[in-house]
Amino acid sequence: MTTFTVLATGPRALVQDLGRPGYAALGVPPSGALDRGALRLANRLVGNPESAPGIEVLLGGLSLRANGSCTIAVTGAPVLVHVGRAREFAAAVVVPDGAVLTLGSPATGMRSYLAVAGGIDVPAELGSAAADTLSGIGPQALTAGDLLTVHSPAVRPPSTDVAAARRWPAELTVPVLLGPRDAWFDDPAAQLRAGTWQVSDRSDRIGLRLVGPPLRRAARYTDAELPSEPIRTGAIQVPSGGSPLIFLADHPTTGGYPVIGVVDPGALDDLAQARPGTGIRFRPRH
Amino acid sequence: MRCAGEFHRYGVDGVLVEFGSLDEVRTAHRALTAAGLADVVPAARTVLVTGADPEAVQRILAEHTGTAEDTEGKLVRIPVHYTGPDLELVAETAGLSTSDTIELHAGAEYQVAFCGFAPGFGYLTGLPAELHQPRLDSPRTRVDQGSVGVAGEFSAVYPRPSPGGWRLIGHTDIALFDPRADDPVLLRPGDRVRFEPT
Repeated sequence: MTTFTVLATGPRALVQDLGRPGYAALGVPPSGALDRGALRLANRLVGNPESAPGIEVLLGGLSLRANGSCTIAVTGAPVLVHVGRAREFAAAVVVPDGAVLTLGSPATGMRSYLAVAGGIDVPAELGSAAADTLSGIGPQALTAGDLLTVHSPAVRPPSTDVAAARRWPAELTVPVLLGPRDAWFDDPAAQLRAGTWQVSDRSDRIGLRLVGPPLRRAARYTDAELPSEPIRTGAIQVPSGGSPLIFLADHPTTGGYPVIGVVDPGALDDLAQARPGTGIRFRPRH
Repeated sequence: MRCAGEFHRYGVDGVLVEFGSLDEVRTAHRALTAAGLADVVPAARTVLVTGADPEAVQRILAEHTGTAEDTEGKLVRIPVHYTGPDLELVAETAGLSTSDTIELHAGAEYQVAFCGFAPGFGYLTGLPAELHQPRLDSPRTRVDQGSVGVAGEFSAVYPRPSPGGWRLIGHTDIALFDPRADDPVLLRPGDRVRFEPT
């Protein structure tokens, strides 16, 4: 049985899989990897099911010692993958028994994903190994000294994906489906189309907080209050100050501020990689 | 009660149905889950349905003739030590003695209307009108796990430590949320609750 000894972590390293959807009625957010495409790819590269638990590494810096040989792959935000020497990013890499794997820091993007053949072995909570940073469900964030167990890998050949390098632009244009509370806003499509916002550094797995022009309410809703209603991943919520917040996987399940629209699910992986300062523009539709 | 709600799009595969009252929400939630829809999230005046055809949702609601009281939710008994830090405040606000406050709170049968705020946090309707009152002026930065509180028209139990603004009248030692248990959440929408003084 292979284990990893955690030698160091960067700003944050969390066990993530594809989350625990379907429990919102109990107050539990879906959680899971913020860049789902990157985790899926990493898992395919090592021959895992796409939903196998891996490690979401925020801004690099993770260092592990392998106790037992294993095969890993790192995807998402490109980082130096060092095992004795520089190894390939977004490719299967064999880590020999006793070797140290160290990830560098990404020059672009935010989150890298480390998959190991077999998957990380942690107890499931509500059917998932995902760490939920809002409610504390799931495993704690990795810290130096931790021992991580790896499931024995199934004997199967990895998928032969060609992993194209991803880069993230300084400005993202995000498609948005208006609703449910677009009527609360004065010409919502025009306002969303006209503005440019920046991702603030107070963003996290709960949501991207945006800085920029406040979204103005329609006159009849100026002082209106909304009874708490459900929130879903990608919802653009507008608190009373007018600065939008795009909810991500660890979102609260209900909230009392109007949601002007929902970002297209296809944009979520790019939003997961948007650094503070990234420009955000919207392309709204009904 | 026939269910008539206002439909709003909520994402490519979601519809938010809006009602005039919490009773209608509870009826709608019952109707939709009884019809087998998997992803139904109730809240104070709305229900979010994901992954279902909006016409099917409309049909289910239009055809449903039950009421919110036709519930098959389990009855949960929660033992409470009525020694909360705001018990006297709640009694005073209600114009009652603390013992009458306890008797009134424990004498009611509640229903879990919806969950939100935190995993396992159920908003309970059925709080006697005499005990309806606002939240604390200043929320606490930390409310202990198991705290029993009242706010507005609701009562609730905090499943884990968290910040909170509800007025606390007691606490329970039983677990409301255990993510590793087979049944991790004690209070689900539709369940009934009775508090028992211990």
